[in-house]
Amino acid sequence: MNDTEKIVPELTKRKRRGPFMEVLYRLAKSPLAMFGLAIIALLVFCAIFAEVIAPYSPIKQDLMHMFETPSAEHWLGTDEFGRDILSRLIYGARVSLQVGFIAVGIALVTGGMLGAVSGYYSGWLDNSIMRVMDVLLSIPQTLLAIAIVAALGPSLMNLMIAVGISAVPTYARIVRGSVLSIRSMEFIEAARAVGSSDLRIILKHILPNSMAPIIVQSTLGVASAILNAAGLSFIGLGIQPPNPEWGAMLSGGRQYIRDYPHMTLYPGLAIMLTILALNFLGDGLRDALDPKLKR
Amino acid sequence: MADNNLMLDIRDLTIHYETDSGVVHAVEGLNLQLGRGESLGFVGETGAGKTTTALGIMRLIPNPPGKIKSGQILFDGEDLLKKSEAEMRRIRGAKIAMIFQDPMTSLNPVMTVDKQIAEMIRLHRNVSEHEALKQAGDMLELVGIRRERMHDYPHQFSGGMKQRVVIAIALACDPELLIADEPTTALDVTIQAQVLELMKKLKQQFSASMILITHDLGIVADICDKVAIMYAGRVVEYGDKRSLYANPLHPYTIGLFRSVPDIDEDVDELPVIPGLMPDPMDLPTGCAFHPRCSMAEECCSRERPEMKELEPGHFVACPVRARMLGQA
Repeated sequence: MNDTEKIVPELTKRKRRGPFMEVLYRLAKSPLAMFGLAIIALLVFCAIFAEVIAPYSPIKQDLMHMFETPSAEHWLGTDEFGRDILSRLIYGARVSLQVGFIAVGIALVTGGMLGAVSGYYSGWLDNSIMRVMDVLLSIPQTLLAIAIVAALGPSLMNLMIAVGISAVPTYARIVRGSVLSIRSMEFIEAARAVGSSDLRIILKHILPNSMAPIIVQSTLGVASAILNAAGLSFIGLGIQPPNPEWGAMLSGGRQYIRDYPHMTLYPGLAIMLTILALNFLGDGLRDALDPKLKR
Repeated sequence: MADNNLMLDIRDLTIHYETDSGVVHAVEGLNLQLGRGESLGFVGETGAGKTTTALGIMRLIPNPPGKIKSGQILFDGEDLLKKSEAEMRRIRGAKIAMIFQDPMTSLNPVMTVDKQIAEMIRLHRNVSEHEALKQAGDMLELVGIRRERMHDYPHQFSGGMKQRVVIAIALACDPELLIADEPTTALDVTIQAQVLELMKKLKQQFSASMILITHDLGIVADICDKVAIMYAGRVVEYGDKRSLYANPLHPYTIGLFRSVPDIDEDVDELPVIPGLMPDPMDLPTGCAFHPRCSMAEECCSRERPEMKELEPGHFVACPVRARMLGQA
């Protein structure tokens, strides 16, 4: 076998891929990232086809089968109303994934824009934006979310908004930090010298160069958003019972943890697995998006 | 006054940096002319205000703290200082392009080079993405990089090749004026020669004017027609390369030439100009060079010297020398 024969077509092949495929291709080389992607894909699949997959209704009570440990009928057991935990987990994926991704999306877009603007323009604009962020940061995140939900009224959408807004300052700070460090580099001056507008420089030159910390923070952020939403559900400001939600299940099972630990174990595992998968995926994405680590 | 051949006419340009610790007089009443198709070598020590002048022409002085206090920059007869930001954006890159000092940092590390060249083309010409990328490939070939490498990222190129890419970007829209800010400082000597050769060739091919900022008198001798010597924010001597090199008149220029080693002479220590560059926050009165000048007279500390044409096309800002030559 000749080595060059293998390398040459590989080289030409690599050049032909678009940027999106290129990232996917590089992502595929990291087993951990693929593991993460697979778990996320599985969860998304469960969330979409919950009706088909779930063996029981998530809210139907069955008082003859309360507190059952895992068995052939109820794979993950039942809860205090005899509801099937597996089915509740599958339906719960809907809510939890939505809350996690949409809340982070809200936080990322708002915080990212605010951070990019204040980092790029500096001066009084930077000062006023960041001082508002400092005020928000000085209020504990959960407390802030509680206040927002209390003002808007409990619903899934308001829950996401509340969790999202309470995370905005974190993203604004992170984005501003990386924008500040990128802004002073010579290629930004070069971009200005070819006649690019400010918006173009921010979107095409600065943000792509500050992806790494943003991606890491977002993947971690999805996790904390799920937990935050769970906390709100626990005090009755989030998902209303009997609707299934991982955090609510966790807190619901809390009082029975001594006698029936499976009620808290499985929702906890689901949250943990999601977060772990997201972190793996985020790590892989960060590496895949960095052209310097190519191949 | 109306000289059609004059492309750039800088009149009395003053640029200050207003910092907390004081006002930095980066450029003080600078006058400079550049004809169409000419190349001007802009020579001076670090801190003389060369880069500030270049950024001033592009209107890219970081503000705050930088501020253009007064003066005119006439480009093709129009004052750049009166243009709006949007008008300036159309001029930058299309009419006046800039080559930066360090190719290692002047390319975006997460964008392939063809996209970076295409960006310039797309900003100033009404062409499709596909066409822009094709032209980007042509530009790369023009600067001596194989077309196959157009999809590579900057870190996959060597320093000299990166500078070639930077040159390709600068020339992509066929600018009338090219400002090169120490384009070879970050490169080693053999690569310097290649890049300079390339710039010389392309300058002719594109019939662009050029301002070459450097502190290397050898480079100026190699590719420029005119030379301006800058000291403490002001041009002290300006003229045709031949007459200035053959007969430097300003005491500072004479000092500069004396400190260049001669290949035929074996010396252990090069002659230096005594003293240091003045603090740009606290410039000496009168001629900024007088504290270090061996020919300084009493009047030098009082009056700011005017530029005088001592030989045809050769201007010097030194009254002492003017008197020596004028009356001798």
